[in-house]
Amino acid sequence: MLNVEEIDVYYGNIKALKGISLNVNEGEIVTLIGANGAGKSTLLKTLSGLLKPKKGKIEYGNKSIAGRPAQVIVKAGISHVPEGRRVFANMTVEENLELGAYLRKDLKGIRNDFEKVFELFPRLFERKKQLSGTLSGGEQQMLAMGRALMAKPKLLLLDEPSMGLAPLLVKTIFSIIEEINRNGTTILLVEQNANMALSIATRAYVIETGSVITSGTAEKLQASEEIRKAYLGGM
Amino acid sequence: MEWLQQLFNGISLGSIYALIALGYTMVYGIIKLINFAHGEVFMIGSFTGFYAIAFWGLGFFPALILSMAVCAVFGVLIERVAYKRLRDSTRIAALITAIGVSLLIQYVVIYIRGAQPEAYPNVLPNRSFDVFGVQISSQSLLILVVSVVLMIVLQFIVHRTKIGKAMRAVSYDPDAAKLMGINVNNTISATFAIGSALAGAAGVIFGVYYTKIDPLMGVIPGLKAFIAAVLGGIGIIPGAVIGGFVLGIVETVVSALGFSLWRDAAAFIILILILIFRPSGIFGKNSKEKV
Repeated sequence: MLNVEEIDVYYGNIKALKGISLNVNEGEIVTLIGANGAGKSTLLKTLSGLLKPKKGKIEYGNKSIAGRPAQVIVKAGISHVPEGRRVFANMTVEENLELGAYLRKDLKGIRNDFEKVFELFPRLFERKKQLSGTLSGGEQQMLAMGRALMAKPKLLLLDEPSMGLAPLLVKTIFSIIEEINRNGTTILLVEQNANMALSIATRAYVIETGSVITSGTAEKLQASEEIRKAYLGGM
Repeated sequence: MEWLQQLFNGISLGSIYALIALGYTMVYGIIKLINFAHGEVFMIGSFTGFYAIAFWGLGFFPALILSMAVCAVFGVLIERVAYKRLRDSTRIAALITAIGVSLLIQYVVIYIRGAQPEAYPNVLPNRSFDVFGVQISSQSLLILVVSVVLMIVLQFIVHRTKIGKAMRAVSYDPDAAKLMGINVNNTISATFAIGSALAGAAGVIFGVYYTKIDPLMGVIPGLKAFIAAVLGGIGIIPGAVIGGFVLGIVETVVSALGFSLWRDAAAFIILILILIFRPSGIFGKNSKEKV
């Protein structure tokens, strides 16, 4: 479904991604793990069109999307839930969700997806008239995810959904991610909480300083001595 | 009753400031640029209205709408030609460019038609009513109504329409807006178009109200509207309206007290005071964002 080949991405003169390749198959949950500054968020931003690769190929379906503007990529079916949630705090929950469906014109489908999102996140329904800036961190994460789902994506990019959340809430968020996946959305998940990420993922890539250092099925990586030491707290 | 009279005059003047200030504040809200060429858009609007009425014989409303349309296109043109390429450069570079664009427009207009002032034709019937001892001319009443209607329409656009929501999203977080599929460039252009259309309307209203226009007429109202926008809290739409009305009333009161030569000074003193004591303006908050 998504095929990334040897992409290089720069921030000014700094090379943030060095020849990264990866692929995501339909129906999978693929996770990218790695330390702060490894380039995980940069990779997601490149996939969603916020950054342009200097080199390399990004293919989605059979189309090249490397360097295309973000609205083209959203329209093609990739939604990105950015790090730090980035909800529009000056707008209500409902307006945030409406913006998620910005490119869609099928009013009936949009209304339908509103209901689906509210089913997935009942909290958002209770607070739909509230300014999203007044929500708690967990609720904002739910809103950011719901907002992305309103675009009806086939591939959902999630950047650090567990960041700054209480452990119990992290569990809730992860079980919702699994549910979204079961409903037919493919997921590319970036996480620092590697334990949690591997527990729900099909496959994983480990990224260090802009390159993939290892990859494989989630079970294989969970079992690897090296990975456990470096990313899973060495247990 | 004298006071009520002054209050009404102040509100009329303030509504013109408010219309111009809205454009300042909307553009600032979306690209963090003080568009100093905005006063010139106002001037172009005024002249468009003038030519439409004096030479083509249009009435007030057709001239108003024509001038709004011309200014909308003109504002987008300025943005595309001068500001778009500077979007990632420093704010001071964009600011200096805006001042350059402002001078360019002033002197191109002078080059084309000369610097002589023009007397605005009288398009509106002018009768005076006596309401509780206040002399209200039908002209200023109509001007006030037109301004308020435009402000209500703007409020509707910003809060109820798709493009309005996109504008608010882009002004809050352009990258997150892109992730929604919003075309940021088009949204910025739409903001310039709407803000400039309001300045165009203000230009026609100003011409009808003050009857004399010239190519440098945009400078002082432009600066005053900028003060109004800062006073209300730059980037905040209701702030620009309130700031405009407050400034209009203060100026009229200063004149009424016999200090009419101090009118402009009063406006700038307000700017200095607001920058010292409340730089974020009446409606601005210095809120920390929740992460």
